[in-house]
Amino acid sequence: MNKLRFFWHKVGPVVTVLLVIIAIWYVATVWLNSAWAYDKAKRADTTISFSQMVSDTMIQDKPLLPAPHQVIKEIYKTTVLKKVTSKRSLIWHGWITLSATLLGFAFGTTFGILLAIGIVYSRAMDMSVMPWVITSQTIPILAVAPMIIVVLNAVGISGLLPKAIISMYLSFFPVVVGMVKGLRSPDQMQIDQMRTWSASKNSSFWKLRLPSSMPYLFASLKIGIAASLVGAIVGELPTGAVAGLGARLLAGSYYGQTIQIWSALICAAILAASLVAIIGTIEKYTLRRMGIQL
Amino acid sequence: MNNPVISANKLSLTYQTNDGPVHALQDINLDIKKGEFVSFIGPSGCGKTTLLRVIAELETPTNGTIQVNGMSASEARMQRAYGYVFQAAGLYPWRTIGGNIKLPLEIMGYSKEQREERVAHVLELVELSGFDKKFPWQLSGGMQQRASIARALAFDADILLMDEPFGALDEIVRDHLNEQLLKLWARTQKTIGFVTHSIPEAVFLSTKIVVMSPRPGRIANIIESTLPRDRSLDIRESQEFLDIAAEVRDGLRTGHADE
Amino acid sequence: MTWIVFALFFWITMWILNVRLANAGRNRIINLIVPALFGISLLVLWEGFVRGLNISPILLPTPSAIAIRFSTSIPILWVDFVQTFVKGALSGYVIGCSAAFLTAIAVDKSSFLKRGLLPVGNFVAALPIIGMAPILVMWFGFDWHSKSAVVVVMVFFPMLINTVAGLSAKDTIQNDLMQTYGASYWQSLFKLSLPAAMPFIFNGLKICTTLALIGAIVSEFFGSPTRGMGFRISTEVGRLSLDMVWAEITVAALAGSTFYGMMALIEKGITFWHPSQRS
Repeated sequence: MNKLRFFWHKVGPVVTVLLVIIAIWYVATVWLNSAWAYDKAKRADTTISFSQMVSDTMIQDKPLLPAPHQVIKEIYKTTVLKKVTSKRSLIWHGWITLSATLLGFAFGTTFGILLAIGIVYSRAMDMSVMPWVITSQTIPILAVAPMIIVVLNAVGISGLLPKAIISMYLSFFPVVVGMVKGLRSPDQMQIDQMRTWSASKNSSFWKLRLPSSMPYLFASLKIGIAASLVGAIVGELPTGAVAGLGARLLAGSYYGQTIQIWSALICAAILAASLVAIIGTIEKYTLRRMGIQL
Repeated sequence: MNNPVISANKLSLTYQTNDGPVHALQDINLDIKKGEFVSFIGPSGCGKTTLLRVIAELETPTNGTIQVNGMSASEARMQRAYGYVFQAAGLYPWRTIGGNIKLPLEIMGYSKEQREERVAHVLELVELSGFDKKFPWQLSGGMQQRASIARALAFDADILLMDEPFGALDEIVRDHLNEQLLKLWARTQKTIGFVTHSIPEAVFLSTKIVVMSPRPGRIANIIESTLPRDRSLDIRESQEFLDIAAEVRDGLRTGHADE
Repeated sequence: MTWIVFALFFWITMWILNVRLANAGRNRIINLIVPALFGISLLVLWEGFVRGLNISPILLPTPSAIAIRFSTSIPILWVDFVQTFVKGALSGYVIGCSAAFLTAIAVDKSSFLKRGLLPVGNFVAALPIIGMAPILVMWFGFDWHSKSAVVVVMVFFPMLINTVAGLSAKDTIQNDLMQTYGASYWQSLFKLSLPAAMPFIFNGLKICTTLALIGAIVSEFFGSPTRGMGFRISTEVGRLSLDMVWAEITVAALAGSTFYGMMALIEKGITFWHPSQRS
């Protein structure tokens, strides 16, 4: 009985909000697409009733706002119905973006953790580098993406690597900030205790600082992977929209294919949500094994 | 005039938890007359804090009635019938001490001059004059609690409800504050409900001691104190004091033994 | 060759100096000098390597070249700045944060909305919202209005989450006190919930300064009139005049850090009472 009540209490409101959002979406579809529907009728020298207009707004080719079912149909068409290797497959494009994301994320996280360790253990590094790391978070790094792509292309590095570099840059900073906070999180009592045990710096690191930093690391990883994905998508824009979800977005906007834009966007959203959820699951499992309750 | 200021009749409060119902209060019958200083003492889980919170309408009873100043707890709260002092000072850190004391006055609609006047008055009562422009974090724990008491005295409420206000302080500060509280009580003539788990504190401060026991939360004994109203800290060595304290201790032991 | 040697020599000297200073202690002056020296030595290293290795200006211009281009292009940079930052980012920031703030107050009042909207909001905040840029350009046109709209969408959810968290940050005793005073909902909101929420609200405001600038610039990649920082960056990249690109990046960096710094300054004034501001 309690499980049912819990389900209703937690899930009920979310489901309601989602249903309301979908309802608003449909209303907006009718509202935004109505102008075009009436226009079309005028040019054909006919008049249409309200209900005819409504049904027309749901099936337009290049609607101002595609209806939810149109987007779902398009996603289905370009994922399930297409061969995975086809250049029109959303899965293929998704994979291109995902590979850049994952590569960049892996590098960014590794370098971020290494730099964080350096900052925590070297005073000179802490005072020189940390202020720049914090400042760099206020600089719109994403704006630099086109330049990085073009410059790297000019020296012959193209395709996956430049996008991965942008992704790396974007995930690097949250990881550094989070890791530094985490490595410094043990309180003075715990650090003193390590000293009373004559623990070496190495021991102290692996047995105290690193475990304490886990919650902070995972929080940063979630931010980092979302940022990596955005970096990969934006990195696909300058190359003239060849491959990847960002490319689909750009191509759609050039040719007015709004349904294509929306389907690429929803696909990117699903990708982002899945990646964050995967990290969340790893986090839950790791922290539980370490005994940290969330 | 002799109508009780606080009156509980067959008062009960039961919580539903995953492990079954918890009887925080069961069948509480109690009358508190005007001007009394009543202590509630007992081990944890005996319901003393819950009882105080029910009087203040911070909790709702599941059975029985509670009357404050002849009306329901809800009406009494809207009429601002009492001041409440918590275990921690709960001062708002973005307001000065003076600002904190003015908080209830602003809410209750006192005029600017009245507010200034009352702040000065209550700060003098708790011996914190001159601290009105300081911020809470600049004061020690004991001073913060005194400010919290001053805040509860600032508006016209005949009742003062205090939930282990001195629990977090060291003994020397505690003794001093106990003395101050008695002086305040003499000056302001309020009715005071005081929760504690220190036997000497309960016996030293009160005219009536309500001993409670847990599981279910109920009253084990009500002891009318025979000590004179006017007392100093020395009275804690007197035989009369020790006798009453022993009676309280017995009541607590019996209550505990029931488990 | 001499350039490289000089640059390396400068770098090593500065690093040794930094180590010395860092171990000497921490006071306000040293705290400023050390990162400044680090930054300067980085610039010298950059200049030295580009000159020494004869790197083409199409790939990586020297800091000196960028500085020259910057000083001669101030009128253009200013126009771009106004278009992107003032018209696009700032307007979107104000609208988005205010809307999020008001929504948060409504959500705080209704526990049903809280349980329903917060999970959805957390989810949306993690999505690549920048992808909505082409759609919003289609709806609002090429000019700054669409950029403003992108910024609104980008800052709304992080601001909402932070404000809602802040409004429930008051502690139990402070809340119970309000009850005992018989305070009305609005009295409690203005005298307790809002002041207590300020640290969280400012955390959100600071995060959103960065998001606003990024949103405004990147959305210009999807379509823009012939001005704006994003526009300038993408076109100058196409023309391979990278020194102009770097000049624009400098403007963006200055704008971003100043915006953030101003928020941090206001935060210090309003949340002076919070433990994090007092240490």
